[in-house]
Amino acid sequence: MTDDALRSELQKRGIFVTSFEDLYNWGRKNSLWPLQFGLACCAIEMIAAAAARFDMARFGAEVFRPSPRQADLMIIAGTVTKKMAPLVVRLYNQMPEPKYVLAMGACAISGGPFKEGYNVLKGIDRYIPVDVYVPGCPPRPEALLEGLITLQKKIEKQRLFGKQLPRHADPQAPAEYPVPAYGPHDLIPPLNPDVFCPKRNASSAE
Amino acid sequence: MTEADGAGAQTLDVSLGPQHPSTHGVFRMNVRMDGETVVKLQPVFGYLHRNHEKLAEGKSWLGSMPFTDRLDYICPITNNWGYALAVEKLAGIEVPDRAEYIRVIVGEMTRIQNHTAFLGFILGDMGAWGSALMYAFREREKILDLFEGLTGARMMANYMRFGGVRCDLPAGWLEKARAYIETYPAFLDEMEKFLTGNEILLSRLQGVGVMSAERAINGGLSGPVLRASGVDYDIRKVDGYGVYPRLKFRVPRGTVGDCFDRFMLRILEIRESIQILQQAFAQIPQGPILNPAVKTRGFKPPVGEAYGRIEGPKGELGFHLVSDGGEKPYRYHIRPPSLINLTLLEEMCVGTKIADVMVILGSIDIVLGEVDR
Repeated sequence: MTDDALRSELQKRGIFVTSFEDLYNWGRKNSLWPLQFGLACCAIEMIAAAAARFDMARFGAEVFRPSPRQADLMIIAGTVTKKMAPLVVRLYNQMPEPKYVLAMGACAISGGPFKEGYNVLKGIDRYIPVDVYVPGCPPRPEALLEGLITLQKKIEKQRLFGKQLPRHADPQAPAEYPVPAYGPHDLIPPLNPDVFCPKRNASSAE
Repeated sequence: MTEADGAGAQTLDVSLGPQHPSTHGVFRMNVRMDGETVVKLQPVFGYLHRNHEKLAEGKSWLGSMPFTDRLDYICPITNNWGYALAVEKLAGIEVPDRAEYIRVIVGEMTRIQNHTAFLGFILGDMGAWGSALMYAFREREKILDLFEGLTGARMMANYMRFGGVRCDLPAGWLEKARAYIETYPAFLDEMEKFLTGNEILLSRLQGVGVMSAERAINGGLSGPVLRASGVDYDIRKVDGYGVYPRLKFRVPRGTVGDCFDRFMLRILEIRESIQILQQAFAQIPQGPILNPAVKTRGFKPPVGEAYGRIEGPKGELGFHLVSDGGEKPYRYHIRPPSLINLTLLEEMCVGTKIADVMVILGSIDIVLGEVDR
């Protein structure tokens, strides 16, 4: 099935040949349903991206679902505070696989301008795995669309068989991530080492 | 969770939020219901507490200006204005005329786009999810384009400076803005044709969440929520800051204080803002845009304290600043209109149906960045 010349020759005659993986990924990537979930300023740009001018529907991602049970994509749009972080992780756990996370804006990536704040989580990737980072404060709607297209490319490349399986197809991957608890000064634990910089942790342990 | 009260009837406790399509951010309400009627409502704040006030104490005076953008993130420019006004009061800085007119122009355009977004959001709260928001955001985008041409950013403008504004109007900007504002009433008329007088909208808004003038004053409400209750209180008139005394405009007032009055008041305010803009376009003089006496680096206001306030699109936005003569504020306190307007939420909601709670919350027009700071 890797013979592109044969494939395009057949396509010219109206015969489409594809693999199950490609068909499955094609369907998934073009119907991402985001969770309708705004945290702060970035949420306004997210709404703008979904509204008439930028029209996220062109990329099949306009069906914002208020329930995590129906969503594929979590757009972390805004500052995650320490009070909000356990709820974000819980919402993520409630989403069915396959699921993806897009960290929108400087705050969701690293804490952004509020990083020094005592109540601000320094990046949601401390608790849940993030697939695409969209920098900006806030990112323009075009940047969010670019992030969405990047995610679609990532989904397109995911293989369902063989080695290096994506998380949702890997039976060894955790089904859900631990929800941090409110501690006297900080969240307990302050980060999930399995998710946050796993490579660095692995090398330091050796 | 149910709980039996003395009469043998059962009540139901529901937690609305923080992830809810209509809480306008991350806001939570613990509602106790008897059937569908709300008997108790407890707001839970702090899901977006971003330490604005503490962070400002570690930054230079001007360094806090970009942070004010992120307070009420629907209308950043008026937040800039409030902070600049407070510092100018503290340090006794004069603002050139042209800068004052530019401030009025961008400030009133911010008010228009905030109220436009409000029209979309409150229709969403009533269940008309999508359509009205699409129209509202289409118009908002046009104003954001003008802001982008002026400040370089769609939302986070960081435009005001102590004693003026950051940059002058680019060539042709005023004509573009004037041409756009001329087309705006046609959009508003179209919205009104569909909305005002619509039977469903009236039955969802009229008589819902009534707030008496006396309670509104006692609760410290401000802005459109206060004026909808029939109180004639607009800081643009009361304080007469900037060049507002030179501009002719009316202050609309409601009579009943219900959600419909709050909805209608915003439409009337947009019409007044258009009047203000047209006068400002005609009157804006040439001249400097920044007071040259103000230092950008090493700015140190004298020891003292000041409270500066403006009539923001959501109400009285005040900054209470305390200076110890250093490069950083000793204390930086924000009086956010959304938070104070929210304090009477329970009073408005008790006795109404659970579906009306969202409409009442929407009619107050809160932004969580400002509520939690």
